[in-house]
Amino acid sequence: MAIKDLPKEEYVLPGSAACPGCPATIALRTVLKALGKRTILVIPAWWTAVIQSWYPHTSFKVPILNIAFEAAAAAASGVSSGLKVLGEKDINVVVWAGDGGTYDIGIQALSGALERNTDFIYICYNNQIYSNTGIQRSGATPYAAWTTTTVGGKREFNKDMGAIVMAHRIPYVATACISYPEDLYKKVMKAKEIRGPKYIEILTPCPPGWRFSMDKTVEVGRLAVETGAWPLYEYENGKMSFNGFSKLILEGKVKRKPIEEWLKMQGRFRNLFKPKRDEERIRRIEEFIERMWEDFRSKV
Amino acid sequence: MRIVVDTGNHIAAKAVQMARVDVVAAYPITPQTTIVERIAEYVEKGEFHGDYICVESEHSAMSACIGASAVGARTFTATSSHGLLLMHEMLHWAALARLPIVMANVNRAIGPGWNIWSDQNDSISQRDTGWIQFYCSSNQEIFDTIIQAFKLGEHEKVQLPVMVNYDGFILSHTSLPVKIPEQEEIDEFLPKRKIKWKLDINNPITHGNIIMPNDYPKIRRAMQEAHENAHGIIKEISREWEERFGIYHGELLELYKCDDVDYVLLSMGALGAESKVAVDEMRKKGRKIGLARVRVLRPFPKKEVIELARHSDLIVIDRNISVGMEGALFTEIKASLYGEVDAKVYGYIAGLGGKDVTFKDISKMCERVMDGKYGGYMIFDVEG
Repeated sequence: MAIKDLPKEEYVLPGSAACPGCPATIALRTVLKALGKRTILVIPAWWTAVIQSWYPHTSFKVPILNIAFEAAAAAASGVSSGLKVLGEKDINVVVWAGDGGTYDIGIQALSGALERNTDFIYICYNNQIYSNTGIQRSGATPYAAWTTTTVGGKREFNKDMGAIVMAHRIPYVATACISYPEDLYKKVMKAKEIRGPKYIEILTPCPPGWRFSMDKTVEVGRLAVETGAWPLYEYENGKMSFNGFSKLILEGKVKRKPIEEWLKMQGRFRNLFKPKRDEERIRRIEEFIERMWEDFRSKV
Repeated sequence: MRIVVDTGNHIAAKAVQMARVDVVAAYPITPQTTIVERIAEYVEKGEFHGDYICVESEHSAMSACIGASAVGARTFTATSSHGLLLMHEMLHWAALARLPIVMANVNRAIGPGWNIWSDQNDSISQRDTGWIQFYCSSNQEIFDTIIQAFKLGEHEKVQLPVMVNYDGFILSHTSLPVKIPEQEEIDEFLPKRKIKWKLDINNPITHGNIIMPNDYPKIRRAMQEAHENAHGIIKEISREWEERFGIYHGELLELYKCDDVDYVLLSMGALGAESKVAVDEMRKKGRKIGLARVRVLRPFPKKEVIELARHSDLIVIDRNISVGMEGALFTEIKASLYGEVDAKVYGYIAGLGGKDVTFKDISKMCERVMDGKYGGYMIFDVEG
């Protein structure tokens, strides 16, 4: 399917307070085209809470419940349960949360909702930082990345949220990237048809947060996939499978592009190259990614 | 109508079942646990029409209640002490979202050290969240107030969450006889929830997005008006209950022997029930004292308290402490009287952390005042 074949109906309307070219609205536009009208969004405190426009206006054409930062998955359990008891069927209950609200402050509520088999889709929009409050480190921020709270570069590696979610043995888990909208669309369409908890995580490069020019958003996303820094996979019925370029990497049909190509595009990794090349930290990143792929190969 | 002898918690669960609650989301905590256990039993036996979400924390319990209530479900939760404190953020959220969630809070002290006994500091800490707050003094009142709370919260002029408080163990685990009306009678009193707003795919609204300083004060004022409306509607509902079922627990205050007295004693919860016994004892000795049990802390019964103070001085016993000031009820009563009436108000704190307060203790506190030996504000259990 090509982008031109996506449904014409728009659920993200003009009047949003997002910056031009914001990857959040690009992602949400694609996701809502897949979900359609019969959808209720639950949105915790994060960037999408800000861009909905101001009361009494809205730029979204599906009902939205805004909720506190750590509470989205629990609120979605309530929405899902309420709809069930009231006999309202075939409504997609969808959490649309950031990586801070997923990896960190919201992880308990998410784990609870997954474990109790809530019928919903949890979508984590991962831009690897707390972007709503500026640019602070989260559990998703990669090693060595500059943020306003990791000024010399983050000292820890990011969590493997996908593995944490898969450990709940839910019916469907997928990763996606803003640079591959057709892939994202397909995955949301698939999740929609499955009952129980579904988790989709979308990598979304953030121009101000990652320090690159806003015309490079799609390119930075593609390089994340092509260097193997971000894998595209699905997990269904207890099995992982890989998509697109990630499948070729996994099967050894292509070699990952050097991670430096991705790092060098982003000002947040400048510490690794200036004033002089930081061989030690670049090696650690390379090793981390290689280990991740070895781990994937052992699972598939 | 039939009479059942059971604990306060089981009676609360019965009320939830008979109110035809759609969604319960709750997390166990002592001494609330037997409420959720009983609801789980109802679910297992097919005797509960709704869904029970076993959440992983109280914060999630209230968040799930908000989600369920926002799609139009009649929603209930129950908690206590630290559980209520963990909910704090979402209590504000539920009230600002104007969702008529009903909660039973089994009053329990706060740690450290761990103390599972009765104390109202948990719910007093939630006074400013916008919830309506009831305090019960018997198992009958627990049953009746939970049913009434749905009617009150769902009233089109109220649309607020309601917290029904009662003392841990003293009521939660003590069996007392309770008159239970027939299901049809409850259904007639409490029809299906009427929806003021909900998440509706055919009318997609965005709830809770950014609101600018020019608009925000309006939603706060609307909440204040809803509380003012609730003041009158609580009275209507109490009278309707009395007409239908012949049971009356008072309105915002329960007045007991308050005519032609020099002093009125004010307290809340089970302490209020014990105070009745104390008043009877003191009256036998010729003391001119009555009792005003405070059933509703929010909206505060300001007008009623002023009326009492026009004819008598007031003695207040709090089972809570706003540390650095005094008991909360004492403060609120004095604030209500300011500029309205020049009565004397005497305060004590007693029964913190489940310390037993007998009618003799209560009489002792009151008699000291009446004999002109008040001696100042104090925590009676320590200094008395």
